[in-house]
Amino acid sequence: MTKVVKRGVFGTLVIGIILGIILWGGFNTAMEWTNTESFCISCHEMEENVYQELKETIHFTNRTGVRATCPDCHVPKEWVHKIVRKIQASNELYHKVLGTIDTPEKFEAKRLELANNVWRAMKKTDSRECRNCHKFVSMDLDKQDSRSADAHDPHYWEAVDGNSPTKTCIDCHKGIAHSLPAGYDPAADATNEG
Amino acid sequence: MKKSITILLMVMATIVFSSSAFAGVEFLRGNQELMDPAKEPDQKKQQVVQGGFERSYKIQPPMIPHKIDKEEINMKVNTCMKCHSEKTYEEKKAPKAGDSHYVDRDGKVLETVSSRRYFCNQCHAPQVEANPLVENTFIGAK
Ligand code: HEC
Ligand code: HEC
Repeated sequence: MTKVVKRGVFGTLVIGIILGIILWGGFNTAMEWTNTESFCISCHEMEENVYQELKETIHFTNRTGVRATCPDCHVPKEWVHKIVRKIQASNELYHKVLGTIDTPEKFEAKRLELANNVWRAMKKTDSRECRNCHKFVSMDLDKQDSRSADAHDPHYWEAVDGNSPTKTCIDCHKGIAHSLPAGYDPAADATNEG
Repeated sequence: MKKSITILLMVMATIVFSSSAFAGVEFLRGNQELMDPAKEPDQKKQQVVQGGFERSYKIQPPMIPHKIDKEEINMKVNTCMKCHSEKTYEEKKAPKAGDSHYVDRDGKVLETVSSRRYFCNQCHAPQVEANPLVENTFIGAK
């Protein structure tokens, strides 16, 4: 190879790497920016309804000062799942433009359907986002109230023994961060849990 | 002139009498200024009592032996029914809401909890570990 060609190859490589870093970094930075609470509640649909409800719950303020923000529960941490969720979010943008839930009344009318979507997704992933923080193997059942410890006990052992779970977090813990929808029957749901 | 003097005297008399009338009264608010924000009451944890509280008389609505701060009772849902309903109480090992809860005002027996009994905490209260504000000698009927 001549000196000129060598230099050309080297130059392209360097430019490619630099461009790669900038584009990739930029892409990830932009994606992380959409993964913040302030981004989520920049839409009044979220700010006026679900965010106000979250503020009343233990996931917002608590004695230890740890807070779960919207993406902690609603966006997967692993890259592939995260990208899939972000692509699904284009449907949300579409309905934002349409104004499908742009008043509290419209939101309330759709709440059962929207909640069911989230519950179905969480059930399917075995409550993956809950388990980013809450893991059975790190739970001390002795420190829980007796009602909680009794309910968790069989599932605790499933997790410790590595058996497949018969129930997942969302089966019992619906409505912990936002108010429950009209038309949801806690009694009927509790019997469906099996 | 005379009129305004009488009014002035009356006003002064009112002030003197009303302030002396208040002098011996102790307010629940204490010496706190009217416009100051109220003191926040102690936040006490709701008690968990296994086996429940003993009732003080026969048809007393039993007190709630567990926390209810995360339950929702509103127009849309009643999450107490997750455990206390006719459908779920066995699986959740919770006492079923009494039969009286399934009767409407005309004495008709219903399938689900009567709307008269929908707002559970109207009658059932959770308890906290608190000293009685006023000493009393109450003993429940046995
Ligand atoms: C997760 C299930 C669950 C939920 C939700 C629940 N309870 Fe209970 N409740 C229980 C269990 C279990 C007991 C029995 C506790 C014991 O005796 O140790 C009980 C006991 C009670 C008792 C005492 C009954 C007696 O005879 O002493 C009352 C009253 C009560 N609950 C009311 C309520 C109300 C009101 C709500 C909603 C604000 C509620 N519960 C929500 C499980 C639940
Ligand atoms: C109007 C007052 C009132 C309301 C409202 C009410 N209860 Fe009761 N509850 C009572 C009384 C009185 C008793 C005791 C007598 C009886 O069993 O009927 C009782 C008993 C109970 C018991 C114990 C039953 C047993 O067999 O030991 C449970 C559990 C209970 N209620 C749950 C609930 C729940 C859950 C709700 C809300 C859906 C509710 N109650 C609403 C008055 C009320």
